[in-house]
Amino acid sequence: MTEPQPHEYEREIDRSHMQVTDEVAIEITSMNKWYGSFHVLRDINMSVNRGERIVICGPSGSGKSTLIRCINRLEEHQSGRIVVDGTELTSDLKNIDKVRSEVGMVFQHFNLFPHLTILENCTLAPIWVRKIPKKDAEETAMHFLEKVKIPEQALKYPGQLSGGQQQRVAIARSLCMRPRIMLFDEPTSALDPEMIKEVLDTMIELAEEGMTMLCVTHEMGFAQAVANRVIFMDQGQIVEQNEPKAFFNNPQSDRTKLFLSQILGH
Amino acid sequence: MAQEYSYVRTEMLPEQEPPSNAVGALVWVRENLFSGPLNTILTLASLAAVWWILSHLSGWFLNSVWQAGSLAECREILDGATGACFAVITDRWEQLLYGFYPSDAYWRPNLALLLMLVALAPVLFPGVPRKLFWFSAIYPALAFWLLWGGSIWPPLVVLAAFPLGFIAYRLVEPINGILATLAALAAPILWWFLLAGPVGGVLAGILPGTLEPVASDLFGGFMLSIIIGVTGIALSLPLGILLALGRQSDLIFLKTICVGFIEFIRGVPLITLLFTASLLLNYFLPPGTNFDIILRVVIMVTFFAAAYMAEVIRGGLAALPRGQYEAADALGLDYWKAQRLIILPQALKISIPGIVNTFIGLFKDTTLVVFIGLLDPIGLSNAIRATTEWNGVYWELFVFIGLCFFIFCFGMSRYSMYLERRLKTDHR
Ligand SMILES: Nc1ncnc2c1ncn2[C@@H]1O[C@H](COP(=O)(O)OP(=O)(O)OP(=O)(O)O)[C@@H](O)[C@H]1O
Ligand SMILES: [Mg+2]
Repeated sequence: MTEPQPHEYEREIDRSHMQVTDEVAIEITSMNKWYGSFHVLRDINMSVNRGERIVICGPSGSGKSTLIRCINRLEEHQSGRIVVDGTELTSDLKNIDKVRSEVGMVFQHFNLFPHLTILENCTLAPIWVRKIPKKDAEETAMHFLEKVKIPEQALKYPGQLSGGQQQRVAIARSLCMRPRIMLFDEPTSALDPEMIKEVLDTMIELAEEGMTMLCVTHEMGFAQAVANRVIFMDQGQIVEQNEPKAFFNNPQSDRTKLFLSQILGH
Repeated sequence: MAQEYSYVRTEMLPEQEPPSNAVGALVWVRENLFSGPLNTILTLASLAAVWWILSHLSGWFLNSVWQAGSLAECREILDGATGACFAVITDRWEQLLYGFYPSDAYWRPNLALLLMLVALAPVLFPGVPRKLFWFSAIYPALAFWLLWGGSIWPPLVVLAAFPLGFIAYRLVEPINGILATLAALAAPILWWFLLAGPVGGVLAGILPGTLEPVASDLFGGFMLSIIIGVTGIALSLPLGILLALGRQSDLIFLKTICVGFIEFIRGVPLITLLFTASLLLNYFLPPGTNFDIILRVVIMVTFFAAAYMAEVIRGGLAALPRGQYEAADALGLDYWKAQRLIILPQALKISIPGIVNTFIGLFKDTTLVVFIGLLDPIGLSNAIRATTEWNGVYWELFVFIGLCFFIFCFGMSRYSMYLERRLKTDHR
């Protein structure tokens, strides 16, 4: 077969801070989840170290979203263990709140709060969850809005921004909570091509700073450029995982090969 | 042969006036009134209808008599012509406004109304200083004291239960969230049943602050409508919100109670509830308890409106995308914070038309209290008609009462439109 050639990411990536440490950030062991009688996640085992940048891909309905939503308990798992930053996710609300304030999440459809300005979107959780004084929270928010390159939009409402800008605000909003782990669920798949790049750029910068990231995405250029590991899922299971080069150039399982040939358009 | 379609404009066109057949009054008339045979017929028919109504009513209004002591006197002045006798309103307007409230104490409801406007200002308009909310918070006790008289302490002590509940919540919150909610509910109830009486008594002994008491059966007129309406509105919104949230809850027991309450209250005519309030409650309450009739009516009207409110708000909650809940969860906001900061502001905004609809319905439904013997404006119109002077006056009173209700309800409707415009941030 012709070897799939993922396109190179155009920018030079600064890898000096991208270090995978030995410290475990997320530990998932024998985790299962059902929707009713539908076995959506089957015996998931994975461990994420601090500083890792993991891309999760797989066909539609394979359970990628469900997996990362289990990590901050937007979905409840029924068996097995999920430990995030040393806190096990159980039905204990204290633990859930603790994990959620450590883990940031970015959604496919941004989910900004439309009744609040961009600045208020970014300061809401720091003020009400972290109890940071409003002035400090606003300072932090402006810092991150500058980082995602839209400080001038701070006083507008989400409805007045383009999709790409909204997604960058969503990233800034998560960062304002100073999370140690970031989860991304197809952050670019609701965007037009020219906006995809601006969001990916923001994510790459985040990776360059050493953030621990789990991204569900089909942007293989991004995976090539920053991921240190790619996980392929199908039918609720982890089918294959490898470092990007080996994953793309030398996939082992037939399912992976089929998936890659479809997604890379050959 | 290939067609020639290459083209480059060499000079730009200047802006021009529109042709005269596109603007002007005549054009407007043609387009909006006579744009076709059917529309022409409809326009003419409407004009005829308006003419017919006006020609029949105008004489009645134009000939109206404003100064007379009785209906007979009115008829004399009119001398056979058709004409309204609005003199009944000039003669009896105090009764229509205050019922049988003692006339030397009219300043009390007047002051209460004025202070109500002050208390409402920070709630209704964003430009008003936020500090005024403190006044809004104590206003209910103040108004109660002004209207019913007696010592100022009992209403203040009753009101004190709310900050107490809040303090209890804050104290228990670090231990457990659910326990804290229970504490917030238990503290006010304990306070009301065990401590409020003695504490109020002691305070009243130290600093009396008494006004001449006025009994509930003297209340009447628009004062009564406003008391019942405003209290019902102020209470039914929070109760409706809680019911709507309860109905959405995962706690099956709570959910069942809320659904049962909503469905029962909605399924029963308000008049039945009012009769229950006036008659049946006496059987259930321990003998000798004097449970104020206005208070009972307010409770029933509030329940009734709250059941409708809950359904209106549930519609607003259901219209919010799931992503809003998820984003709030993912940021670590707990249930109440997510509701208060994210979900309810949006759900209530969506529900504004329905909420105001319910408010208007509630306000007009206050006229039903006439059936249990309270003297609201309709009840008073009956009482006025029963006097020898004004026996036989119907339309004038109803026109006046209807107009007053219309002004209130139209005001609410305009305010809701203003609010919708002000809160519009989606820029769709
Ligand atoms: N709330 C739910 N109730 C029942 N089934 C669900 C629910 N959410 C998802 N599913 C099912 O679980 C499976 C996995 O869904 P999931 O959203 O995790 O897939 P995904 O890999 O993220 O797919 P996509 O690429 O389309 O986003 C799908 O078959 C989906 O239909
Ligand atoms: Mg998905």
